[in-house]
Amino acid sequence: MSLPPGIKDDFPLLARPTRGRRLVYLDSANTSQKPRQVIDAMSNYYETANANVHRGSYDLAVRATEALEGSRAKVARFINASSPSEIIFTKNSTEAMNLLARSWGHANLSTGDAVVLSEMEHHANIVPWHMLAAEKGIELRWIPVDPEGRLVLDDLDRLLDGASLLSITAMSNVLGTINPVAELAAAAHEHGAMMAVDASQYVPHLATDVQSMGADFLVFTGHKLLGPMGIGVLWGRRELLEEMPPFMGGGEMILNVTKEGFTTTDVPWKFEAGTPMVAEAVGLAAAIDYLDNLGMEEVRAHETRLTSYAMRVLTERYPDTIKIHGPSEPAQRGGVLSFEFGCVHPHDVAQVLDESGVCVRAGHHCAKPLMRVLGVPASSRASFYVYNDEADVDALADALEQAADLFSF
Amino acid sequence: MPGLEDLYREIVLDHYRSPRNRGELATPPAVRTEGFNPLCGDEIVVYIDVDEDGLISDIAIGGQGCSISQASASMMSAAVKGRSISDARRLIGAFKSMMSIHEESLSGDSHDDHAHQHDDVFEDGQPIRLGDLGALQGVVRFPVRIKCATLSWNTLAQALDEAAGDS
Repeated sequence: MSLPPGIKDDFPLLARPTRGRRLVYLDSANTSQKPRQVIDAMSNYYETANANVHRGSYDLAVRATEALEGSRAKVARFINASSPSEIIFTKNSTEAMNLLARSWGHANLSTGDAVVLSEMEHHANIVPWHMLAAEKGIELRWIPVDPEGRLVLDDLDRLLDGASLLSITAMSNVLGTINPVAELAAAAHEHGAMMAVDASQYVPHLATDVQSMGADFLVFTGHKLLGPMGIGVLWGRRELLEEMPPFMGGGEMILNVTKEGFTTTDVPWKFEAGTPMVAEAVGLAAAIDYLDNLGMEEVRAHETRLTSYAMRVLTERYPDTIKIHGPSEPAQRGGVLSFEFGCVHPHDVAQVLDESGVCVRAGHHCAKPLMRVLGVPASSRASFYVYNDEADVDALADALEQAADLFSF
Repeated sequence: MPGLEDLYREIVLDHYRSPRNRGELATPPAVRTEGFNPLCGDEIVVYIDVDEDGLISDIAIGGQGCSISQASASMMSAAVKGRSISDARRLIGAFKSMMSIHEESLSGDSHDDHAHQHDDVFEDGQPIRLGDLGALQGVVRFPVRIKCATLSWNTLAQALDEAAGDS
């Protein structure tokens, strides 16, 4: 099983040099690059089918509406949702999580209720709950993380006791740790709690099945899975979505409006006030087609192989200097490598790598509670996707020499 | 195109390797302020003792961060120690003006960086010697790093306000 050769050729940006060198893009956990197929699909939409949706009675508007709803159906199939009506388009994962907290959380939680998170969550799955906690007096509980970057589940029953919601990342954006979502969902349900999954790092890299996960809600974003920025998804079980109050008010989400009030339309449109991001939905559908063509099993196998190679090469070349965070077993993690490089500050590591055309992220990766657990203020992070190969890993390893030279003291 | 040598000048790396005035001062009498760079997690703690003549009689720097933020803090501490509050404020102004992005420095075609090096910045008609601090000028060519360089200076400005205030 492997991905077809020459995959990089599908990505126009990867052919453009940076700083006079080959671009080595190792920041896909941040955002992915886009294949020509996605860029073309979006241009083609604007050139052939652009109109506002769900409004016009003319043919062009019908085609625009079909483009939007076709994308919704494709997303539903991609994550094995029961129906396209369970797919709500948002701006990104962050907005999807805020929708969940504002709508479901606001309607269902009150003083003394508990939401369980983990210490490895992205701020997008922390701050919305903090905001709700401040307003409603709910309690936030935290599943700890062990030194290898795995959830410590020994105390799970106590944490879930009386809790209303467990909201957990399926794959850590810092550690790459893949969490046992199905097991966690079963435990949550046993305690009468709902299960929400932040799958921002998971859906782009592993075949996703919301049914076998046993989740109630799941969020992800388009731009990390080869799609455009500006479109994300909240998936929820239909019966739950139907009970939830609307998130934002405006056009599109109403059944009727009078001077006295309004009534909402059906899901999913109830949650999609205003003109939606149709071209982005078209781009997202093209990205899903692209990944389907490759096969998600192959995508996962490619990234596991590459992660394994990178962990071996980096630790062999810098045995005393590099410390890679997260599980030591590549099969337990995604293609995300956060690392310390001697005493060189991550910001300086990233700066020196940039000189060699190697793009990595430096900082706290929007996961400050986790960085505190790891005992570091920041880390450098290299992350892989379908277009990365061994040569990219070698370029990273070579470029680190310069950091070692410049800061060898 | 700016290169690493524009950013990591030897004198900058020297301050990073051997930071000056590193440590803490007893509070009170010292004033203590903290600064954060939310982007990269850098933290700077500035302690200053101001004597009855309004002179910064002692300064200490704590916290952690990248080479640029640490070197800038070290160089700042050396530059303001023993100076008056008003001198220190003028130095802050001069440094931040050096760090402000000028179009010429971003256009990429500035033929000679060193032609307009801000060794002397005039404010109110009086010259302020930036001296070694001029070595940080290359940071301007790396816009993402400007916040690293200015973090300690903004934190010092807060400390000066507190020291000069009701306290």
